[in-house]
Amino acid sequence: MSWKPKHQRMALLGVALVALVGAVLLAMWGLRSQASYFYVPAQVESDPPAVGQNIRLGGMVLEGSLGQADDGVSILFTVHDGEAQVPVRYRGILPDLFVEGSGVVAEGRFTPDGTFVADTLLAKHDENYVPRELEEMTAAQAKAAVAETTK
Amino acid sequence: MIAELGLLALWLAAGLSGFQLFAAILAGRGAAVLGEAIRPVAVMQGLLAAFAFAMLVWLFARTDLSVALVAQHSHSAKPFVYKLSGAWANHEGSMLLWVMVMAFSGALVALFERRLSAATMRATLGAQAIVTLGFYAFLLISSNPFERLATPAVEGNGLNPLLQDPGLAFHPPTLYFGYVGLSVAFSFAVGALVTGEVGRDFARTMRSWVLAAWVFLTLGIAAGSWWAYYELGWGGWWFWDPVENASLMPWLAATALFHSTSVLASRDALRVWTVMLAVVAFSMAMVGTFLVRSGVLTSVHAFAVDPERGTFILVLLGIFIGGALALFALRAGKIAEGSRFSWKSREASLVVNNVLLTALLGIVLLGTLYPLLTESMGTRVSVGPPYFNPVGAIFFFPLVLAMMVGPLLRWRDTKWTPVVQRLAPAFAAMAFVALLVVIDGRAGLLSGTGLVLAAGLALASLLPLARRKPWRAPLTLWGMVVAHFGLAVTLAGASAESAFIEERLVSLTPGESTRISGWDVTLRGTIPVAGPNWTAIEGELAVSRDGAIATILSPQRRSFWSPPQTTTEAALWTRWNGQLYAVLGEPAESGKRKVRLWWKPFVTLIWYGALLVALGGLLALSGRARSALRRSIAVGRANQRREVA
Repeated sequence: MSWKPKHQRMALLGVALVALVGAVLLAMWGLRSQASYFYVPAQVESDPPAVGQNIRLGGMVLEGSLGQADDGVSILFTVHDGEAQVPVRYRGILPDLFVEGSGVVAEGRFTPDGTFVADTLLAKHDENYVPRELEEMTAAQAKAAVAETTK
Repeated sequence: MIAELGLLALWLAAGLSGFQLFAAILAGRGAAVLGEAIRPVAVMQGLLAAFAFAMLVWLFARTDLSVALVAQHSHSAKPFVYKLSGAWANHEGSMLLWVMVMAFSGALVALFERRLSAATMRATLGAQAIVTLGFYAFLLISSNPFERLATPAVEGNGLNPLLQDPGLAFHPPTLYFGYVGLSVAFSFAVGALVTGEVGRDFARTMRSWVLAAWVFLTLGIAAGSWWAYYELGWGGWWFWDPVENASLMPWLAATALFHSTSVLASRDALRVWTVMLAVVAFSMAMVGTFLVRSGVLTSVHAFAVDPERGTFILVLLGIFIGGALALFALRAGKIAEGSRFSWKSREASLVVNNVLLTALLGIVLLGTLYPLLTESMGTRVSVGPPYFNPVGAIFFFPLVLAMMVGPLLRWRDTKWTPVVQRLAPAFAAMAFVALLVVIDGRAGLLSGTGLVLAAGLALASLLPLARRKPWRAPLTLWGMVVAHFGLAVTLAGASAESAFIEERLVSLTPGESTRISGWDVTLRGTIPVAGPNWTAIEGELAVSRDGAIATILSPQRRSFWSPPQTTTEAALWTRWNGQLYAVLGEPAESGKRKVRLWWKPFVTLIWYGALLVALGGLLALSGRARSALRRSIAVGRANQRREVA
């Protein structure tokens, strides 16, 4: 097949446009269905996410809530934001700076019994790295949380 | 005194870069004397920037605590190598390194580039001056690395222990070299837009820079991924972290760019598109820098989080890219049409390559920026593998198919039948692997398809060498074959790891053992150990098969005291068919210790493949350099003959 140069340029442009529009549409669809939303316990209480849906749960680890599950390797603890509490179960090695009373972001999903099962825990890494969701938390909600735990 | 010398050199270099821009503009209007000055000025500027950087390294080597940057990021008790690498393992120092490499590249362009017309060359060096000037301003105004403290610190803060690692001494500079190479390509594109001389010479000149940038980016990404794999102790090698994406996006753009420059250089087609891609590639490098430096996105890498700097980079990005796009809109119509080609040709397959790579780039970009977008509307989301893996695969898998076919097509026009016949062994290999994958049943849709395509590509990538004497094949052809084969190797490793991975998470009392992939792993105990600036708890894990000890693994939990921080040091044991990856966990109840083990089949292929990809780039680059050398010798002889005559 032979093309006139002008037509070839238009055809190439057409192919590129179709592919890019396709990519953008696909991306938007993927993002709507696959992005995981950030929740704090209060939001979980008022507007619970669907069971099995991937979310990120952020809050403070309740003092005295840390414990071990029956399987000997999973960790149980409670995340709270001063208003509500969520029980979390995590199977894995605890991050180095994970301690009771500090902030944490857990990635995972809710099971039907209302427990949050976490695959990943992001704790404060060092003084330079705080999960961004927690930066504002520590400002706005941490005070409430601290007041709660020191009562 | 050293710090002041460095700062002075930096100011002088910035001044020269301003003069370079000024001279380029005036020379364009007929001031020939200034035109003559541009090349020497560019060289001088490169030398001054290099001098400034050397001064900073010296300050770090001496641990001069009267300099704010050294006090913040170094420590007298730090190993010497990390004192040196500390010079660029922080925001200010890394920006200085960046500017230094950029100015130095400008000097190289000024010294050695002879193919372009004088006008295009002037415009190119003018554009390079604008870009470097922006970065000098950034350094001098908001990130001065040479700032002194009013009273010298007694002791430094130390370097983040995660960064005290050979991989990290090497990873950021490699990425910067890549980014800077793209800035040079950008300058060439702007220069060519100004004069409208977009053709083969432009493509040949730019190609080597893009290829070099691409080799560096490949190595940088591979090193970063390897670092994240063994240093973070999470067992993964790619997390779709915004900072990883920030390095992947320029890589995708650079890959598309050097493929399209090869069409432009060989066939004089895809002119406008190539120029556009050069602009896009540098934009991605800038976007990447913005994402990493501004801290607008959650990332494990988010160091030097500072909104002011983020704004500065955003403004620079707006000026560079906005300006280039405006120029593009004004001038693109003036660029003459390139050559035509059939839809069954090498050119067409490279168009497919470019379209798919651009689509992939768009998908990664959207996924990376989406959290910013929703956050401005009040919702917080994060985007991870559940989005990137399947959506990316929709474009990546066809790209692999195009990689199998494309190199077998001829320029201009090809007949299908012989190509399909040549591909027959690759198709057979794919069918065979597909059968194995289905029978085995462990692989998912993505990893299974990945294995099948890896087999096909591994074979198909070798076919261009099949009908000729391999030692006679040009280096550039070898480069392509090695790089494509390398991608097949990486794909095979990634797919095999994800399909056949085994994991154990156990609490062991000393003496107790667990079994993974045929290996018995026994926890003998834990002991305290100490290093130069850390102490650690070390687990002793004996790995055995049928009672015979094969190796001892020693994962650690390290505590650094300056800055105070703990890290997880995974222990790796590499076999030909995979890696055993062990992480020591926290103490569990009743004297037990948590241990996490992974058996990762063929995981090392991921990085070996990446090295092959980079090697392919190097081969192509040296092939180009050799032919350029031959040509310049030939031209020299011709000139001599003319003079004699």
